[in-house]
Amino acid sequence: MPLQTPPLRGIHDDRGAKFTEFGGWDMPVEFDSIRTEHEAVRTDVGKFDVSHMGQIHVTGPDATTLMQRLTSNDVTRLDVGDSQYATITNEDGNIIDDTVVYRLPDGDGERSAGSAGGGDPTYLFVPNAGTDEATHERWITHRNEWDLDATVDNRTDEYAMFAVQGPEAPDLVDRVVDDSVTDLNRFEARYATIGETTCWTARTGYTGEDGFELIVPWSEAEAIWSMLDCQPCGLGARDTLRIEAGLLLAGQDFDVESNPRTPYEAGIGFTVDLETEFVGRDALARVREEGIEEELVGFALIDRGVPRHGYDITTTESRVVGTVTSGTMSPTLERPIGLGYVPIEYADPGTTLQVVVRGQSKKARVEPIPFIDTV
Amino acid sequence: MSFDIPEDRQYLESHEWAEETDGVVRVGITDFAQDELGDVVFVELPDEGDAVTQEEEFGVIESIKAVSDLYAPVSGEVASINEELFDAPELVNDDPFGEGWMLEIDPDDASELDALLTADEYEDQIA
Repeated sequence: MPLQTPPLRGIHDDRGAKFTEFGGWDMPVEFDSIRTEHEAVRTDVGKFDVSHMGQIHVTGPDATTLMQRLTSNDVTRLDVGDSQYATITNEDGNIIDDTVVYRLPDGDGERSAGSAGGGDPTYLFVPNAGTDEATHERWITHRNEWDLDATVDNRTDEYAMFAVQGPEAPDLVDRVVDDSVTDLNRFEARYATIGETTCWTARTGYTGEDGFELIVPWSEAEAIWSMLDCQPCGLGARDTLRIEAGLLLAGQDFDVESNPRTPYEAGIGFTVDLETEFVGRDALARVREEGIEEELVGFALIDRGVPRHGYDITTTESRVVGTVTSGTMSPTLERPIGLGYVPIEYADPGTTLQVVVRGQSKKARVEPIPFIDTV
Repeated sequence: MSFDIPEDRQYLESHEWAEETDGVVRVGITDFAQDELGDVVFVELPDEGDAVTQEEEFGVIESIKAVSDLYAPVSGEVASINEELFDAPELVNDDPFGEGWMLEIDPDDASELDALLTADEYEDQIA
């Protein structure tokens, strides 16, 4: 199957980016160096093309009911312009995907600033790369099964998405929008005009830093990307940034096929509202009552080496108790860090474990996540 | 993008370089290889006195994003290793043909070097 290409593929190529396949997309992994890009985001500001993220639009009289039944959090808490982190779970309560749900202006079927006023509740949510088609199908199937009146559109190919992240990101975004957006709190969003284009401008992101995510029409993507005068960053830096912040990577830290995990095991139980009715709710209520047996922990290698996805985690007696789901050399901390699931008796910070790096046991210590202070 | 390919040494298809000086063969990775790897964060090398075999692994190099094996250009005994890389692996990125060298081999048979690529041949390979 041919790779999907982001709208700025050529621009990134001209800028000297290296590319990688991610979720079926041909995405920039590195522009200058992961370390340079990572540091820009931690200390200044960087921009990411995250157009590979899905964009599903849900509107209609029953849009709220549909969203409520298919995501784990309580969407009725969202006022227009709010967003929330949520999971999409199966009947067993295992995470199929994690997502951010935005509530757009009511009746905003065409997703434009002019339509804010009355009408049906309208949501936009952002599935992970490569999952948009399956997610769209899931929404349609359940809508039909439950006979709900809602329109579900997959608009992944219509909108680009840029993340502008770092302590200086608010100033940079404020300079390019017509009206200030710095009054937005974390997880708040609204339409803002950049150049002549209306963009959904949200104070969200996936780096642990302050910043914004801009959802812009593909046709205007190049112009808006160019206006954001800062370090371009690839998926490599996004990966190191999110591990430091203890944020999950779909397909590694959870994978409904190869590594099924509940939100409680994954450390994101806060995305679950058991007062709402959703697919997986009953299973999660049982887990909540009975407790979990394994938990995602952060760890640092004490010995020299770099933990990588798939490496065994063992006790100090070399008994295998888990697997590394994500690992890297932390550019900020300059230490090798990682994430992995272990039985809860080994999950307390300070616990000594081992990671098997190419056949050699390396001492590791469980550490609290996030590894660094985040917003 | 163009890469440095000094003509005073020879190359492996796996992107190591070899430079013979006074009967000792110094080994590192190429400018192209360090660029492909990105930020180097860890280098695992053999001990002095260990035996290495031509075209077999002698160590491992890790960048933030990838792990790669390192291959010996000639068979012989490790005469010395660049211990500076343990504390400053970024030397491989900054100066791959100089300060970022990895080990020196006392070769069993220096004529093994004849089997390696010339700078021109290596340039063709990465073109």
